[in-house]
Amino acid sequence: MNLTNFRFEVDADGIALATWDMPDRSMNVITVAVMDELEQIVAKVAGDAAIKGCVVTSGKDTFSGGADLTMLEGLGRQLGAMAKSEGPGKAMKAFFDGSRRLTQIYRKLETSGKPWAAAINGACLGGAFELALACHYRVLADHDKARVGLPEIKIGLFPGAGGTQRVARLMPTGDALQMLFKGDQLRSRAAKSSNLVHELAPAGEVVAKAKAWIAGGGKGVAPWDMEGFKNPSGKVFSPAGMMIWPAANAIYRRETSDNYPAAKAILHAVYEGLQLPMDLALEVESRWFAKILRSKEAAAMIRSLFVSMGELNKGARRPTSVPPSNLKKVGVLGAGFMGAGIAYVSALAGLDVVLIDRDQESADRGKAYSEKLMTAQIAKGRAKTADRDALLARITATPDYGKLAGCDLVVEAVFEDRAVKAEATKKAEAALGKDAIFASNTSTLPITSLAEASRDATNFIGIHFFSPVEKMMLVEIIMGAKTGDRALAVALDFVRAIRKTPIVVNDTRGFYANRCVGNYIKEGHLMFMEGVPAAMIENAARMAGMPVGPLSLTDEVAIDLAWKVVQATKKDLGPAAVDPAQEKLLDELVNKAGRLGRKNGKGFYDYPEKGAKSLWPGLAALQPKKLDADSIDVQELKHRLLVVQAVEAARTVEEGVVTDPREADVGSILGFGFAPYTGGTLSYIDGMGAKAFVALADALAKKHGPRFTPPKLLREMAEKGETFYGRFGAGAKKAA
Amino acid sequence: MADAFIYDAVRTPRGRGKADGALHQVSTLGLATTALTAIRDRNRLDTKLVDDVVLGCVDPVGEAGGDIARAAALASGFSQCVPGIQINRFCASGLDAVNFASAQVMSGQQDMAIGGGVESMSRVGIGASGGAWPVDPAIAIPAYFMPQGVSADLIATKYGFSRDDADAYAVESQKRAAKAWEEKRFAKSIVPVRDPNGIALLDRDEHMRPSTDMQSLASLKPSFAMMGEQGGFNAVAIQAHPEVEKIIHVHHAGNSSGIVDGAAAVLIGNKEAGARAGLKPRARVRAFANIGSEPALMLTGPVDVTKKVLARAGMTISDIDLFEVNEAFASVVLRFMQAFDVDAAKVNPNGGAIALGHPLGATGAMILGTALDELERTGKSTALITLCIGAGMGTATIIERI
Ligand SMILES: CC(C)(COP(=O)(O)OP(=O)(O)OC[C@H]1O[C@@H](n2cnc3c(N)ncnc32)[C@H](O)[C@@H]1OP(=O)(O)O)[C@@H](O)C(=O)NCCC(=O)NCCS
Ligand SMILES: NC(=O)c1ccc[n+]([C@@H]2O[C@H](COP(=O)([O-])OP(=O)(O)OC[C@H]3O[C@@H](n4cnc5c(N)ncnc54)[C@H](O)[C@@H]3O)[C@@H](O)[C@H]2O)c1
Repeated sequence: MNLTNFRFEVDADGIALATWDMPDRSMNVITVAVMDELEQIVAKVAGDAAIKGCVVTSGKDTFSGGADLTMLEGLGRQLGAMAKSEGPGKAMKAFFDGSRRLTQIYRKLETSGKPWAAAINGACLGGAFELALACHYRVLADHDKARVGLPEIKIGLFPGAGGTQRVARLMPTGDALQMLFKGDQLRSRAAKSSNLVHELAPAGEVVAKAKAWIAGGGKGVAPWDMEGFKNPSGKVFSPAGMMIWPAANAIYRRETSDNYPAAKAILHAVYEGLQLPMDLALEVESRWFAKILRSKEAAAMIRSLFVSMGELNKGARRPTSVPPSNLKKVGVLGAGFMGAGIAYVSALAGLDVVLIDRDQESADRGKAYSEKLMTAQIAKGRAKTADRDALLARITATPDYGKLAGCDLVVEAVFEDRAVKAEATKKAEAALGKDAIFASNTSTLPITSLAEASRDATNFIGIHFFSPVEKMMLVEIIMGAKTGDRALAVALDFVRAIRKTPIVVNDTRGFYANRCVGNYIKEGHLMFMEGVPAAMIENAARMAGMPVGPLSLTDEVAIDLAWKVVQATKKDLGPAAVDPAQEKLLDELVNKAGRLGRKNGKGFYDYPEKGAKSLWPGLAALQPKKLDADSIDVQELKHRLLVVQAVEAARTVEEGVVTDPREADVGSILGFGFAPYTGGTLSYIDGMGAKAFVALADALAKKHGPRFTPPKLLREMAEKGETFYGRFGAGAKKAA
Repeated sequence: MADAFIYDAVRTPRGRGKADGALHQVSTLGLATTALTAIRDRNRLDTKLVDDVVLGCVDPVGEAGGDIARAAALASGFSQCVPGIQINRFCASGLDAVNFASAQVMSGQQDMAIGGGVESMSRVGIGASGGAWPVDPAIAIPAYFMPQGVSADLIATKYGFSRDDADAYAVESQKRAAKAWEEKRFAKSIVPVRDPNGIALLDRDEHMRPSTDMQSLASLKPSFAMMGEQGGFNAVAIQAHPEVEKIIHVHHAGNSSGIVDGAAAVLIGNKEAGARAGLKPRARVRAFANIGSEPALMLTGPVDVTKKVLARAGMTISDIDLFEVNEAFASVVLRFMQAFDVDAAKVNPNGGAIALGHPLGATGAMILGTALDELERTGKSTALITLCIGAGMGTATIIERI
């Protein structure tokens, strides 16, 4: 055998040990070469009479993260190329065969006649866990970092190398479906009690235990290949099955609004597979897997949620000329809602934080927020008291700007008021070293103009957090007209240190995220004023894939804030810039009805002390007219809510606010939960095709107004058949 | 086209569909033969004249499986030349069986046929036959499958029927059924179910609770709330009808159709066949229709199919003197009355399945007989019989006395 990714040795008892240990990689992943070698190993073990059985383990601290996703992406490209050269029928067959190669290797292993045991020393996920599942025995390390799981669903795929079939034959159907749906990773004890592994052992002993099982006469036959095997939940068509399947189908819809084909494919594969013997069951699973692998949802989700997010996290936009900044101490101005959160995430990352407010009491209140969050973590068993104490010790709460001396970076989060911000900037800079970077967390004021208060606009930048800071993973970095590379590099290093995902955008009113979100919220308000029932607006939004409806979101950000934004827009851009229907609605809610949103328990919804929120019954009286629900095209509502955001995203590209489609996409999913199955705002357009999108947007514009009118850029792309990734993606020449 | 005449209609009483129900000891076959022998004997029918026996049965498995209609014909001592076929269109099967028999007669391919149905819900159990619709993701998901009760609650929510509306309707159903029994309005059609010795096991509908009032119903808990919430079905309902914020669960054991056992048979024939058998027609089948309706609401098919059958018959809603709308759930009938703005007095004047029970495969044939008896009792002419159906369908039949 010619192996580079595995070491293979046979001990004196005739038990083989295949140690997966890829050179030049910190973690094992399944590649074509790995599959080639595994196939050889399986053949060797099966064919060599001197070998009694085989243990598979890893030479790294983790077992493996699963399949190399770029390999899967490659399969799709091959299909396209082959379809052109050899016709679609033949290409599809070849694609199907290629996509099930891993399944077949694992099945050969499982039916080789020799006993196989997996010695799982650390995290073992996805395709790697499917390898373990194909082994006849699994020993899992019992340490804290050991995990097994099938997280494929999170990027629009599902376990397609036998995972659905083997899990559904090890666990009761309901539990199996839940595990596959959620993509949860199980710690050792849960894995054992779920019947997914046979034995737990200290990491150092997993190989010995696995060998012992083989030496002790472990059989090389999977339970499902034995006579008389019964599924844990019995037959699909049985009283027990009737308790499981109708609810499983309903819960699928509840959780996905039928937008996630991979989740549905899990249902198909398990439902059909459980009615078949293993070989056919695996074939059926492969058929669904090939279909999902070709889906635009999988392609979009892999690209945005795995590839692009990874690249952005690693600093794709960081100027390479600037050496790494060694951040130690940051200042946070304003210990209010945002400042408190920023201080917390910074301290959590091990940075020293100077948290400033106007008086000691306010500063202390901001620090108390960190204490509250850490205490909650302790209660959940996720942190220790010592962690809390250490974190709090890193935060200095004070009204004294002088304490900012020595900070590498200051993030300003004082009132959204130019004068206040200017004064805070001046006071901070008086204490800061010349090289310190000053960042504003403003959500509406242009960075370029705020930079005028600074002594050095090249060191002035926007770092825009989303609330709640500790939960939201996106940070929008805003380049003022004069912002320099070093400011950008430091800002990106800071975001990386606090383990969030950055996007870099140019200065404009609302930057990127809030422009899209503002449109989304406004569309909900306009629908309401057209007479669409409030519940229908909210439900249509969620069915389109948004995490919260636009009315609910208004309540969250506060209706009076929305009112203020509309007033400010009117003042700055003139009355034509606001929609009178929206203004009227907000006026009625805020100024006449005193409904400010969740913060006063009264918004579009009522928020009772106990129990769930429900729509305010008084809403209907605010609608100038009411449409008959059955006459409303729900698909059109869904389109409106997504298109109005996507078209704004396209405008930001045209205006040069967003320059990289990865940032628009990742930013939209992380920042405001834009329908993840689309891959984000621009992938939504690419997935539909610019031509179809322009046609849709034009039709909506004709019916509902120019806010849907696509920008010139999109028309041009439609004409040329271009995509955002083709035109602006990595490698493409920078346009706009 | 030949006319299809109704020569007679019989039904068993409906036994409570539980282990303590009076008909639990009677097999599905036994129920079906009770109806078939009765219709033969009371009409002194030479069964050689019968071209087919069509029986509805919704869970045709186990003792009810494998073409229960042929088994019942043979077991009833019908001539061996009488074939049988079992059909299934869920809750309307019994009415569809009558329509199929009528259609054969109208088309001239048969002269006389029996349509009817049978269900022993206590012995076979609702849902026992399984099926792809609730289970296979390939249909359950696109069809917005949910249990009937959740659909009924969706109808109530969407069309604005409160718990009180549904309960008031149920109380009225009980009152009307009690009065009908008191005045022996069902007497013409009821055939007691007997043991081998001729001892009557049941001669009266057993599910009724005449003392039901708003107060007694108020104590009942909604039957489909937990299923709707935990089974994910409320979310399915809302996605199908997104103007609904939350499902209001109004249905419970007292305003839903009862689970019962029973069978029915209706004798259909053309004019000549009736003459040959020496029988006088009681009514004519004027028109019938089937339709598919919105599958998530599922149980609003009676509205759609009534529109369709009226149009086919060239009639309007005001041409109908009497409606039998199966009381699968209170909201089904409330929606029907709302949609057509019909006088509640004309709808189910002798109560319905809420009081009497709904033996799935048999009900359609039973309520057709009930309508016929009522037309004769009141001297009215035209009745429309309709049932809602699983997976979103409706069946309706218009009969008129001659
Ligand atoms: C609604 C339904 C689930 C209730 O089933 P159930 O709980 O078995 O019903 P029960 O007959 O046992 O009645 C439950 C309780 O309500 C009480 N109850 C029923 N009717 C009552 C009435 N009219 N007044 C007062 N109490 C009543 C019973 O006494 C019983 O009380 P208990 O629990 O104290 O004994 C069932 O009847 C059903 O599913 N019906 C619809 C059938 C169907 O779907 N058919 C197809 C239509 S498309
Ligand atoms: N709330 C959000 O969701 C959100 C999101 C993104 C960005 N922002 C931006 O963050 C900034 C702060 O917003 P917030 O919601 O935290 O407001 P907040 O009112 O909760 O907090 C502001 C804090 O700044 C303090 N402050 C005011 N003047 C000061 C000064 N001169 N020196 C020191 N402290 C001073 C106040 O005492 C207060 O504690 C604003 O620019 C806002 O636009 C807010």
